Amino acid sequence: MTKIAIIDYGLGNLRSVIRGLEKAGAQAAITCDAGEIAAADGLVLPGVGAFCEGMEQLGPLRETVISSARSVPLLGICLGMQMLMETSEEHGIHQGLGLIPGTVCRFIRTPGFKIPHMGWNSIEVTNHDHPLFSGFGAEEYVYFVHSFYANTTPAYTLTSTQYICPFASSVANGTTCGVQFHPEKSGAVGLRLLKNFIGMC
Amino acid sequence: MVLTRRIIPCLDLKDGRVVKGTNFVGLRDAGDPVELASRYNEQGADEVVFLDITASTEKRAIIIDVIKRAADQLFLPLTVGGGIRSVDDIQQILRAGADKVSMNTSAIQDPSLITRGAKTFGTQCIVAAIDVKRNYTPKPGVTIIHLPDGRICWYEVVIYGGSKPTGIDAIAWAKEAEDRGAGEILLTSMETDGTKDGFDIPVTAAISDAVGIPVVASGGVGTLEHFYDGFTKGKADACLAASVFHYGEFTVKEVKEYLRRRGIPVRL
Repeated sequence: MTKIAIIDYGLGNLRSVIRGLEKAGAQAAITCDAGEIAAADGLVLPGVGAFCEGMEQLGPLRETVISSARSVPLLGICLGMQMLMETSEEHGIHQGLGLIPGTVCRFIRTPGFKIPHMGWNSIEVTNHDHPLFSGFGAEEYVYFVHSFYANTTPAYTLTSTQYICPFASSVANGTTCGVQFHPEKSGAVGLRLLKNFIGMC
Repeated sequence: MVLTRRIIPCLDLKDGRVVKGTNFVGLRDAGDPVELASRYNEQGADEVVFLDITASTEKRAIIIDVIKRAADQLFLPLTVGGGIRSVDDIQQILRAGADKVSMNTSAIQDPSLITRGAKTFGTQCIVAAIDVKRNYTPKPGVTIIHLPDGRICWYEVVIYGGSKPTGIDAIAWAKEAEDRGAGEILLTSMETDGTKDGFDIPVTAAISDAVGIPVVASGGVGTLEHFYDGFTKGKADACLAASVFHYGEFTVKEVKEYLRRRGIPVRL
């Protein structure tokens, strides 16, 4: 059975993440142990909250995550996805893990659009070759809740979503992937994505 | 490709059981919140709200168990409200598997609870629940609202389930809650709650215009058109309802199919 390590750095609702991975067929464990993280077949970097606090909490595990991402697939979720990027402008400029080229920007306040972007929006798969979105149709709805988004080039974009502006709702650099939405809160569609990720590991 | 409008069933819980009766056919246990929530999930609910009306500290373990069971079976967003009085309470509820906590009386009594909760867990999980009542005696500093029947009033925040007026202007409080870090407002009008006459449109629209965060309209739904009005005239981002779903008057799917026919974007 595929072993997935969910990296625990003290933030977020991890219960849904672990149950989602189990339901999708993996053996999942929540851990902050560098040895356990290094021994996994795949990693999930979850997270909600603020970017700088997330990076700070991750602190000692930073190098473990970076080196593991070279050998096994990694999936960042929401804040976990944003942390894969190079920098974020949330509360000043902060360094991310730099595993995927690009930055994290704040949605520009626009009349008629509430921030956070909260609720179910659709994703358009722009890279049909990546296994993470294998079998996804033209209009699949997933659950978002965020005020910042990843700004990257089409080469690192897997799916695009429209809210205020078109933004990268999923990113990847090889087998290091990230999704801005919450697959663990997106019903059957989300479980399908987790299953695809487990298949990559 | 747009953000869809949300339909949110709300379940009132007492000692871990659903309070209001249900007309669901084939439920094994009509009082089990997890089984009922799971039905709503199958009908296409966008989120589920559990409102713990027991809300006493000694019974906290019961709601925690319900949240855990719900999170284990349902992969959709879950909001929990009732009796949340501290950052520790918020943490316990989130750890059990909830995505958002809603706070009402406790946030009025100690607004810093919103600030501290948002700073620790992020604005996305803090919902300011605001209960309001019309007050026809204007006073300086309040936001005057013109009602469709020509009368004018201001909306006063009420607490303890609507029994205690606070003298606080609802629009001002909504803005303060946003400034303090609330990520969403759950607005219930005591004027319309339980009437089945529709949402309180004037206050819903006024608050939605006043803040930049999403607003959930609550209280008063009786017909399909009421949902439509909540989104259009009320400018709500989501509509919450309890009895019309519990008593089986409509399914979530029927509401969404109706809304789609009338041009409101929904997830079906």
